[in-house]
Amino acid sequence: MTELVEPTTTWCDRCGEDATAGAHPGCATARELEPPRFCARCRRRMKVQVLPVGWSAVCVEHGETRG
Amino acid sequence: MPEILDQARTQVLENGVGLDEAGVLAVLNLPDEDVPAALQLAHEVRMRWCGPEVEVEGIVSLKTGGCPEDCHFCSQSGLFTSPVRSVWLDIPSLVEAAKQTAATGATEFCIVAAVRGPDARLMKQMREGVAAIKAEVDIQVAASLGMLSKEQVDELVEMGVHRYNHNLETCRSYFPNVVTTHSWEERWETLRMVRESGMEVCCGGILGLGETVEQRAEFAAQLAELDPHEVPLNFLNPRPGTPLGDRPVVEGKDALRAIAAFRLAMPRTILRYAGGREITLGDLGTRDGLLGGINAVIVGNYLTTLGRPATDDLALLDDLKMPVKALSATL
Ligand code: SF4
Ligand SMILES: [Zn+2]
Ligand SMILES: [Zn+2]
Repeated sequence: MTELVEPTTTWCDRCGEDATAGAHPGCATARELEPPRFCARCRRRMKVQVLPVGWSAVCVEHGETRG
Repeated sequence: MPEILDQARTQVLENGVGLDEAGVLAVLNLPDEDVPAALQLAHEVRMRWCGPEVEVEGIVSLKTGGCPEDCHFCSQSGLFTSPVRSVWLDIPSLVEAAKQTAATGATEFCIVAAVRGPDARLMKQMREGVAAIKAEVDIQVAASLGMLSKEQVDELVEMGVHRYNHNLETCRSYFPNVVTTHSWEERWETLRMVRESGMEVCCGGILGLGETVEQRAEFAAQLAELDPHEVPLNFLNPRPGTPLGDRPVVEGKDALRAIAAFRLAMPRTILRYAGGREITLGDLGTRDGLLGGINAVIVGNYLTTLGRPATDDLALLDDLKMPVKALSATL
């Protein structure tokens, strides 16, 4: 029997495109110097606040991520 | 030694008179093998006319995104399909950001808003924010809020904002290719009022917007004419969704040429590394620039993108034996 698990990451959090179809090497490199912009779970654009140290990103549906 | 560097040695290093547009252009056109000599001379000029101290600054976005202007490089314009959403920072978080900045040893904290110019809500937020920072954090407060009216200039002075940033971004002849919703002259007018008010003028721009080398020289000469206290030098970091999103980044060697040339045009200004240096110059190039005319850095993150950790920059300054400018030295 196969257990159905909802994938936790579906969308690229930088460009908002499908992240399951293949890697996004350009996005991965860019993300080293950028906060995420899209919610990886629902593809909504997030409200992102960058601070001198760290950032926070809020999806209205899935809440806050910090980095 | 190329002739222009001989000329600069006497004119700029010994007499403190910056190169004119033709001189800057000659430096920007130096062949690769002469770039180290240009950087060395620019470094000597900086040491002679500014000293070894490096001014460290942190910046934060008080109001992000949703700007009505159309600066073609900017991810915060509401006119492009950029993924940056509009967001306001609350006062406790603003004070926290100032504390984070002060903890690095920085003497400058610049509050930035993505607006054409401030409205009443933003001025109120500034009034409360600056007061809260001054009550809790030992740091000088600067601001960058777009174009100002005379009344707003006076209000900022009264709040205790000591320096105002307003970038011309690029030279006068190229500006209409980059911004169509306001003019270079409107920016110049704000800078004139800031200067008259006694606030320090901070004005720089972005290289790599598609300007020619001649226009880069034109820009340096126009900045020199303005004679700002500080010049932040950005290198385009092409942002997705903006009209300049597909432009190539500036070559490291060209960035270093520009650093040397801008220093030789403005021997006494605070020449600051701002955005894009991580991508254009990397670690090695960052070091070369600090040994080639740069005497100020933005540490930590930028407004919508991230920088390298402040500790990396502070370790580099330590390694280069360049002391961080202390608060007492700026008052
Ligand atoms: S005015 Fe400032 S925030 Fe607005 S689009 Fe231009 S650079 Fe961006
Ligand atoms: Zn992607
Ligand atoms: Zn979501």
